Amino acid sequence: MNAPEKPLQKKRFDTIGKPRRRVDGRAKAIGQLRFADDLVLPRMLHAKLLRSPHPHAIIESIDVSRAQGQRGVHLVLTGAEFPIPYGIMPVSQDEHALARERVRFVGDPVAAVIAVDEHTATEALQLIDVKYRPLPTVSSPEEGLANPEPRIHDYGEQGNIHRNQAYEFGDVEKALAKSDHVFEDVFFYEGNTHLPMEQQASLASVEGDGKLLLSSSTQNPHYLHRQLARVLQIPAAHIRVIATPNGGGFGGKCDPGNHEFVVCKAALMLGRPVKICLTREEVFYQHRGRHPVLMKFRTGVTKDGRLTAMHLQTLLDGGAYGSHGAASTFYTGVLTPVTYELPRFKFEACRVFTNKPACGPKRGHGTPQPRFGQEVQLDKIAEKLRLDPAELRLNMVTKPDSLTASWLRVGSTGLADCIRKVVEMSGWKERHRKLGPGRGLGIACSSYMCGAGVSIYWNKMPHSAVQLLLDRSGQVTVYCGATELGQGSDDVLASLTAESLGIDPGFVRCITGDTGITPIDLGSYSSRVTIMMGNAALQAAGRVRELLAAAAAEQLNTLPERVVFSQDRVFAAEDPGKTMSFIEAVALAETKFGTIAAVGSYAPPKPPGKYKGAGVGPSPAYSFSACVVETEVDAHTGWITVPKIWIAHDIGRALNPVSARGQVIGGVYMGLGEALMEEQAFRRLPPKLSSALVHRNPSMLDYKSLTSLDMPEVEVALIEDPDPNCPYGAKEVGQGPLLPVMPALANAIYDAVGVRIDEVPITPDKVLRALEKKAKGEAPRVGPESFPAVPYPEPTFVLPPWEGGDGNELKRQEGRKAA
Amino acid sequence: MSAVPDRVHLKLRVNGEEQAVSFAPYKTLLEVLREDLNLTGTKHGCELGECGACAVLVDGEPLLSCLELAVQCEGRDIQTIEGLAQGTELHPLQAAFADHGGSQCGYCTSGMVMTAKALLDREPAPSRERIKEALSGNLCRCTGYQQIWESVEEAARTMREAKP
Repeated sequence: MNAPEKPLQKKRFDTIGKPRRRVDGRAKAIGQLRFADDLVLPRMLHAKLLRSPHPHAIIESIDVSRAQGQRGVHLVLTGAEFPIPYGIMPVSQDEHALARERVRFVGDPVAAVIAVDEHTATEALQLIDVKYRPLPTVSSPEEGLANPEPRIHDYGEQGNIHRNQAYEFGDVEKALAKSDHVFEDVFFYEGNTHLPMEQQASLASVEGDGKLLLSSSTQNPHYLHRQLARVLQIPAAHIRVIATPNGGGFGGKCDPGNHEFVVCKAALMLGRPVKICLTREEVFYQHRGRHPVLMKFRTGVTKDGRLTAMHLQTLLDGGAYGSHGAASTFYTGVLTPVTYELPRFKFEACRVFTNKPACGPKRGHGTPQPRFGQEVQLDKIAEKLRLDPAELRLNMVTKPDSLTASWLRVGSTGLADCIRKVVEMSGWKERHRKLGPGRGLGIACSSYMCGAGVSIYWNKMPHSAVQLLLDRSGQVTVYCGATELGQGSDDVLASLTAESLGIDPGFVRCITGDTGITPIDLGSYSSRVTIMMGNAALQAAGRVRELLAAAAAEQLNTLPERVVFSQDRVFAAEDPGKTMSFIEAVALAETKFGTIAAVGSYAPPKPPGKYKGAGVGPSPAYSFSACVVETEVDAHTGWITVPKIWIAHDIGRALNPVSARGQVIGGVYMGLGEALMEEQAFRRLPPKLSSALVHRNPSMLDYKSLTSLDMPEVEVALIEDPDPNCPYGAKEVGQGPLLPVMPALANAIYDAVGVRIDEVPITPDKVLRALEKKAKGEAPRVGPESFPAVPYPEPTFVLPPWEGGDGNELKRQEGRKAA
Repeated sequence: MSAVPDRVHLKLRVNGEEQAVSFAPYKTLLEVLREDLNLTGTKHGCELGECGACAVLVDGEPLLSCLELAVQCEGRDIQTIEGLAQGTELHPLQAAFADHGGSQCGYCTSGMVMTAKALLDREPAPSRERIKEALSGNLCRCTGYQQIWESVEEAARTMREAKP
């Protein structure tokens, strides 16, 4: 059984729901927490990477002899040492730790120097002589579609298309034809990057027993562990990966990084510890951030504002490598039907390779882009149908325990409550369309998954596992492979374990993210940790509780099932006078049963969809958010000010309200940054300077993010309707609250000055351009004008549940007939 | 051309303690703190003076230690995050950051706390606007700043109440 043990039946909580100092709070506040670059070992050497100055070129030769002869240099590595490719997805094993025959973007690592210190290594990089033969480059998906040759990779769908997907759930054209209105809109969402405060750092060493140890700022030690074994060709059991506490991740530390393989290889060759810390500029090249996405929505509605069908097309700029792209491509479509009832849905998605740093997963992974498009389009629909945008949304939220047209199971949903709450908090009814010129309110909603239903590599094993060890001192040690990014995963682990055993979280010691010690958890991505690690922890704790209850019951003269755990004690339910301390109960259990330990594990429920591709999108639960943004727009300068944001998030249950609120505000902050200013943008140098595609702003000064002075006050409401699939009902909070912010801002700007900015970021120059168009009587809109012809494949056709489908795909002809 | 020495030897006063240290003269205060004095509580996010993670107090003023050569700090009073607690008792700012969500990943925390300390040492009751302004050179990617402002306000209250 995977289900947690009756988590919702516990009425009164000792720990859950109470504001608390998180378990790692003290160490962070005193500067004592050790991040990867804080680690130092005796005889440690330092590595630096030489990166390509060309966006696309053949490596004709590399001469490392001068660098190798330099004083203080211990080793120079090139692609020759790394014949085996890797990649986070099994279908995209397209990276080498150091490029072998070809470089694919400015910043692609080509060689590495390992030296006595960083300074010596940096100087020696300049002595490496690489001869390149430049190749034509692809700067955008449109260019990639138009120029199938030269191919950036020799795998993929065709030419420079990496992934190409198409799904149709019910006959969409037929439904559109019968709709009262069909809205057609094209949107663009520029790429942006995670910008974690901590630059990636890794320290590799060979331990006394001859085995490899890598301590690294990674979100996914398990996947990294697998890839290291493959690339280095040593048994996984001889490799230990410790995920050091991450100084922020946001998805940027999910992919295995070139630098991680390099320091491991070097440590194994030299028998000495080797450390690397990427410079901030290099972090921009490592990237794996938000894909730039061009989108086209054709949406049918009834005259009273209900959706009839949607045809969504997306075109993703993938950058130079596969990364998570196969999943990202799916995610630009698959979660779209979760938020609102949508009887029929078709999506086509295409990811194209370009000669820029690889895109990958960033907070919201693939879904903020279509969420922006759909929510802005809904605002246009409400305007046209003369409906209130909040009412329009409220009338079509998905129902609890329903299926979507695409066979995703929506479990609990608090979206209607979220909408009502932000409407109330923001004074929406009195203020929307009534604030006067230059001021406006906008609303948008979203949903997000609580963990992906399937693992990144195919297997039927648990997604998360927890081991609990207790001893007569009363100490409870909990082991789990989950990683702390700052999101509070250790605190979730400690608080769930503590609540289940009725003890203070201070009794619990967390040992996490260490493949040499901890049972496997797949990693900190897709908002999966609270749900999957949490359910595993509750199962382990439940098993321990059974042992303790059996031992204590004898002494308390009651039945084991009548033993209650609370306030660091155990009680007989019928007589609170019959009691002993938790420590005494552990000692009794240890006497009776021997050492007290238990494991717990969790795998998500099997999804209802059975068609090929149905594995992407299902989740044990979905979170929901609704957001209202207020804005002031200066019609003379286009300057956008955001004085206030209200957000309600359906979290199921807030385990630690301080952390939950912090996650919500942090998500709003990152969403507002994307909406207003953050962009990972590139430009072409003039031909005499090689036509290279260079990053416009690879520094924290030029890559604009919100400072303390730019950030508005955020009023947060946590909607708590416990979800039965989640530990004590707790759903995700790390990603969902980012999603509605960008469209809510765009809609607020429309309310303020009557212009539509159909692309992100929404900058003052775009607002001014739209205002100028408006003044000239042209369509008051700035955004992409058209969507290119993309050679999407014939869609996989699946009948929605309410049209007699069984979750399997149909042959095209059968599908048309059935529909 | 005058010869630049391989290493300089000097005394730095860090957290009230005088320490003899020897390092290459091109090293920044950040590098000497982290690499030569093992005070890794001070972090780096850019090493270009853009993010504020490396802020320490020099003679009571917040200073980006990645932009300051360590040789220029001789004889000055350097305070880092490690010197803020009294024994095991946290400084009110540290306690407030831990209790009120001022710290999520913790990577910007040292720089934030030191910058906030300089503010509260000068202004015991700053307005929220003043707090926002004082911290505007310190980037944080996790919190959205709000719980940082609240933590500083809470610490200011605690410090005012503790004063006789």
